[in-house]
Amino acid sequence: MENSVSPVPASNRDPRPSPLDAVHVAAGASFTDFAGWKMPVRYGSDLAEHETVRTGAGLFDLSHMAEFLVGGTHAAAFLDAALAGRASAIAVGRAKYSLLLAEDGGILDDLVVYRLGDQRFWVVANAANHDVVAATLAERRTDFDVTLDDETERSALCAVQGPRAREVLSRLPGLVLPEPRTLDGIPYYGIAEATYGETPVLVARTGYTGEDGFELYLDASAAPALWADLVAAGAVPCGLAARDTLRLEAGMPLYGHELTRATRPVEAGLGRISDLATPGARVLVGLAAEGKRAGRAGYAVLRDGAVIGEVTSGALSPTLGIPIAMAYVDADASAVGTELALDVRGTAIPARVVTLPFYSRKAVS
Amino acid sequence: MTEVHYTKDHEWIAVDGDIATVGITAYAAEKLGDVVYVDLPALGATVAAGRVVGEIESTKSVGELFAPVDGEVVERNEAVVADPAMVNGDPMGGAWLIKVRFTELPALLTAAEYEELTQG
Repeated sequence: MENSVSPVPASNRDPRPSPLDAVHVAAGASFTDFAGWKMPVRYGSDLAEHETVRTGAGLFDLSHMAEFLVGGTHAAAFLDAALAGRASAIAVGRAKYSLLLAEDGGILDDLVVYRLGDQRFWVVANAANHDVVAATLAERRTDFDVTLDDETERSALCAVQGPRAREVLSRLPGLVLPEPRTLDGIPYYGIAEATYGETPVLVARTGYTGEDGFELYLDASAAPALWADLVAAGAVPCGLAARDTLRLEAGMPLYGHELTRATRPVEAGLGRISDLATPGARVLVGLAAEGKRAGRAGYAVLRDGAVIGEVTSGALSPTLGIPIAMAYVDADASAVGTELALDVRGTAIPARVVTLPFYSRKAVS
Repeated sequence: MTEVHYTKDHEWIAVDGDIATVGITAYAAEKLGDVVYVDLPALGATVAAGRVVGEIESTKSVGELFAPVDGEVVERNEAVVADPAMVNGDPMGGAWLIKVRFTELPALLTAAEYEELTQG
């Protein structure tokens, strides 16, 4: 995202509002243009929002995300062919992290594939890659008897994240899971079809924060009521600024930063996701520094004064209190413990290669 | 009586005699988000209007501190360096950043002109 202050958005067309826009405006949110969407960047303090997700229950509007419903007798075979990894091996009610690769192995997007039924899959992609995912899936569906519905416009996504997320959802009167399913019965990377009042809702135990949590997909028209109920049940609205520092601490890649069209899965540590396993010349690593000055996306990584890599994401970690960064470095500088430096606007800040993630939640549930 | 001016770089300048007190505006603080690091020029440093003399870093981004006038840094707000979150709490008051002794004031924005700029 942005690495310098640009008080006036450079966008020349109006970003699309979320179905929850009026709710965010009423809550006094600050907004950012994210992948063509007007989304809340923070409601108050992004540090406080980050802390809420680490200790309580944060609530995110992620309605900008792209969703596709894939159905039909060939649904699994089609996704096996279209995406990296085997969608056909996903059990009903479970999910898998996957990649959409170009013919040359470059990453077009990273996505999550949920299996709703034998012949029904819910595929969630990044907002910024909506068009390329839609086009690539459409192109690859030839020869397969499948339906491919773009649900992005229709659906809203509310994510409840944090150690108290389950508790918040359990206090939601309108949320009903079909017998014998329970919230506790949804495993990490699991999904259940439920109802919220009269509205069907997908309840997925997934997230992008490093905490336990749920992602709720439902028709956009019902989102404001769900949001209000979640807030009443104790979830605290959080913006995309906190989401970015949370996912960075959790060592999770962000498309456009750690993953790009020019990135090979193996370089990003995602070789297990795809079958392409040739070693890369550069490797994604975690870097930890001291002090308060953070390396930011695009800053050079140095070894003995020579440039051997580049930062893809960086911030002063709100949880750890030290500067952290993810960076691509030469393979021979990627071993944990290697002493490197970050070129922070002309000053070399010592940094050490550390194991990702920077932050892991305590094992619970 | 102190007069307050503004710049296009989202700074405010309170002028009292030949001393300009400089800070960032509430608008800039709000856009930055939580400030976690402030770097200020050294005491006694000579600064030139329009030049970068420091940094204000938030969790999300890096803002530059520009010298709004030619002059000499006669005071730094060490409290803000120690507790950068002050910039979010009281950007237009207690979280002033530096005081500069100047000889001549360049063309600056009035409060009304600055307000117009931030709403454009």
